[in-house]
Amino acid sequence: MKRVYVNEEWCLGCHLCEYNCAFANSGLKDMAFALKGKPIYPRIHIESGEKISYAVSCRHCEDPICVKSCIAGALSKEDGVIRIDRNRCVGCFTCVLVCPYGALAPNADGVMQKCELCLSNECGEPACVKGCPNKAIVYEEREAAV
Amino acid sequence: MNMEREGQVRIPSGCAIAALISREGRMMSGETIIRAMKPMHERSNGLGGGFAGYGIYPEYREFYALHLFFDDHAARRECEVFLKEYFEIVKSEIIPTRKIPEITDEPVIWRYFLAPLKSMLFNLQLDEKEFVAHAVMKINTQIRGSYVFSSGKNMGAFKAVGYPEDVGLFYNLEEYEGYSWTAHGRYPTNTPGWWGGAHPFTLLDYSVVHNGEISSYDANRRYIEMFGYKCTLQTDTEVITYILDYLVRVQGLTLNEAANVIAAPFWSTIAGEKNREAAERHAYLRTIFPSLLITGPFSIVLGFTGGLMALNDRLKLRSMVVGEKDDRVFIASEEAAIRAMCADAENIYSPAGGEPVIVRVNEGVQL
Amino acid sequence: MSVDFIYPEFEVIRNEDRCIACRVCERQCANEVHFFSPERGKMMSDEAKCVDCQRCVSLCPTRALKIVKSDCALRENANWQNNTIKEIYKQASSGGVLLSSMGNPNPLPVYWDRILINASQVTNPPIDPLREPMETKVSLGKKPKKITRDESGRIVCSLSPQIDLQMPVMFSAMSYGSISYNAHASLARAATELGIRYNTGEGGLHEDFYQYGKNTIVQVASGRFGVHEAYLEAGSAIEIKMGQGAKPGIGGHLPGMKIVGDVSRTRMIPEGCDAISPAPHHDIYSIEDLRQLVFSLKEATEYRKPVIVKVAAVHNIAAIASGIARSGADIIAIDGFRGGTGAAPTRIRDNVGIPIELALASVDQHLRDEGIRDNVSLVVGGSIRSAADVVKAIALGADAVYIATAALLALGCHLCRTCQSGKCNWGIATQRPDLVKRLNPDIGSQRLVNLMTAWRHEIMELMGGMGINSIEALKGNRLMLRGVNMTEKELEILGISHAGA
Repeated sequence: MKRVYVNEEWCLGCHLCEYNCAFANSGLKDMAFALKGKPIYPRIHIESGEKISYAVSCRHCEDPICVKSCIAGALSKEDGVIRIDRNRCVGCFTCVLVCPYGALAPNADGVMQKCELCLSNECGEPACVKGCPNKAIVYEEREAAV
Repeated sequence: MNMEREGQVRIPSGCAIAALISREGRMMSGETIIRAMKPMHERSNGLGGGFAGYGIYPEYREFYALHLFFDDHAARRECEVFLKEYFEIVKSEIIPTRKIPEITDEPVIWRYFLAPLKSMLFNLQLDEKEFVAHAVMKINTQIRGSYVFSSGKNMGAFKAVGYPEDVGLFYNLEEYEGYSWTAHGRYPTNTPGWWGGAHPFTLLDYSVVHNGEISSYDANRRYIEMFGYKCTLQTDTEVITYILDYLVRVQGLTLNEAANVIAAPFWSTIAGEKNREAAERHAYLRTIFPSLLITGPFSIVLGFTGGLMALNDRLKLRSMVVGEKDDRVFIASEEAAIRAMCADAENIYSPAGGEPVIVRVNEGVQL
Repeated sequence: MSVDFIYPEFEVIRNEDRCIACRVCERQCANEVHFFSPERGKMMSDEAKCVDCQRCVSLCPTRALKIVKSDCALRENANWQNNTIKEIYKQASSGGVLLSSMGNPNPLPVYWDRILINASQVTNPPIDPLREPMETKVSLGKKPKKITRDESGRIVCSLSPQIDLQMPVMFSAMSYGSISYNAHASLARAATELGIRYNTGEGGLHEDFYQYGKNTIVQVASGRFGVHEAYLEAGSAIEIKMGQGAKPGIGGHLPGMKIVGDVSRTRMIPEGCDAISPAPHHDIYSIEDLRQLVFSLKEATEYRKPVIVKVAAVHNIAAIASGIARSGADIIAIDGFRGGTGAAPTRIRDNVGIPIELALASVDQHLRDEGIRDNVSLVVGGSIRSAADVVKAIALGADAVYIATAALLALGCHLCRTCQSGKCNWGIATQRPDLVKRLNPDIGSQRLVNLMTAWRHEIMELMGGMGINSIEALKGNRLMLRGVNMTEKELEILGISHAGA
């Protein structure tokens, strides 16, 4: 199964992936209208050190701890992709705490969200991959998924 | 006659060619080759026709037979002064022609049988062939009103502005006998109507008749001129003749090797060749003579003492057909022309593009 | 402000409706033009620092930015143009020599744009490149004068060392130091994939790139930076740089700030030390000295590698080329006055040297007149901008061309001409690791391969149109060209006729 991977060698910390993700999941057609004047809640976020940057998003683990930890049964694995049912999420933050990668975070309305590989939105293929100017983020199959 | 020469402008043309040789060196009258040109009448437009015959001057076989066009007799006398400095003139006469309405405006047409003066040869330290080639180029570029159009031993070119079958009649070619003949009819798209522009083009005993228009002309010309040749006519035939003279006489290549240079196989063909030695040789020849590769459609017949070589461009963009009967081999742009020479010719085929057809008179035959 | 205030050349225009304050422009501008103002709650720009490299414009996700030439202009004056006046202000202020990057931008004649190409019709068929073989392979190097045969009459296939190219284009010299490690990696990988060559320039060869040696030309320039035996062995050909088109008569110039880490190590000079190559090679003061160096290099590499001599196109280039052709060199590379550079004194870049089209035509003819055209192959550069320029160059007489600016454009350069600052936002002309990162060689090499593949197809289309199916039949084929908008003299030097004649 294809997953989103990051080659930190090429990540420039430009944050375009964050904005592309937020736009792709906004359900709107005009990016400026979708994102202007409000804080964004992307499902991928940049973590930077002094000389290195890295984009963090859900790894769609084979043995997902978040799914096991969800007290409301909102998280599930479908065909390898870990999804959240927004209607079930009660905002307890357990998944946020247990995810070893910090891939989950709340949305504007307090409901948890995470990368779902842009499979359910208009984009079709992961927006962060498409919009990365330096091919730091790739969408591919690799051995031994975590 | 209008001696405004070609050379000011390049004239593309399409045409007709034919050739005939006896492998046993049997003498054949020029009448046969004239017959070949009749069915190909439409390939010419009457603006040029010519023939080359080999073995036609047996009594003078030791001497260079120079054929010249002169504007007038004053030009001839001026030229003779030059000739006498370099050659011993054994015979000097007008080339007999027949008056026919189709051929008009003829210049003075003359021939000499010459031997290079030994003292001049020694002085200039050239071999005989270089000597004659130099003298011919000198006359053609420097002596006004004179043009040498044939300069080989025991062979001669005959050409004019007109349809080839008429040109043949004009020169009484039915009265000449040779073991090998080539012929050409021209279809230039623009013409100053100059007799010297018709084919065949000759240098020493090489004669070339050519159908086609080469796109590599200027690349070829600017390279071959480095070696002393002067492409004054700006015709494809001229540059092809000089290239063949350079490759065969100066560089010592065989005819097959020369064909491998001018109609070199594609790199992809060379890569796929089973015979690695041949592949290496083809690659080498292509690498060292890149500017002698001839691209564009061409179909040529090279005549030389003792044989003929016919060659098409590697994409076979012009027609050429070969046939034979007994000791005779026929080559022409069309099968109809071969049949006109010999109604029951056999083994008629079209040689592949880039593959030379070389026919020689059998070893030991006296020419 | 003060007496030497010069109004910024560019203005940053931000469409406020579109800007989402994502701050990508801020993060990606090494010149620190953009910044977020928390008090105002929006993005602001300090246009004084803008060099019009268009990094922010390209990356802005909502296309909210554009850079325009400022219309704050001094009074119009055809003689004292704005730039001329500003240059005097700069010199009055600093007392220094003006430095510029990339090639001469001034409106002098571009002859490529005045030359037209033939096509075959009616009397000679054009050839269809989609369906027929179309060959663009060339071999650069000395060709023998005479065929020799062995005892059994077979031709001896011996040839001096050649550079075999799948198409007649090579990447020209750009030193490691003037451009980044990743730029070199892109060039090396692309050259290998395409079957052509790239040139190390005068910065030496980083050991990580020795693996691409078969497609590398190593340069020996007047500063001899990075030249040692392993270096000479590593490449497939050696180029002696006598001059370059952008700055004939002087040597290369790399400011000390770019001489760091691996650049310093590869060049074999201390960090921070300005790398100013001497004007001449101090062991070449005349043509016979050049011959000596050519043979020294050949001896050092056992005559296995062709030697190229690169010169700038200057007034008596034909005679110079003739001398080089007799010096034992296998290839002559001529760089015209439009050639690019990482840094050069502005006055030299803009006023010294002659157009490559004229230089090429006269050198090619001169060598043929002397009967020595076969002694060398000719490679020309400065500036070749498209496949059409390549075809015209070959028809004038070149064996192959060198491209550099075109290659950098493929890598992302936007020709802002500020390479000398070392803050190239595209990761090309910089040594800052955070900037160098921006050029991913996976992307860079792919774009170079794409560019050359596209050019190769275009060359084939143009050849087919002329009825030529092997590039060697185009070499020197000047009848395939016609000129427009040129004087008799220009046509005469180029050796072509006027269109319609």
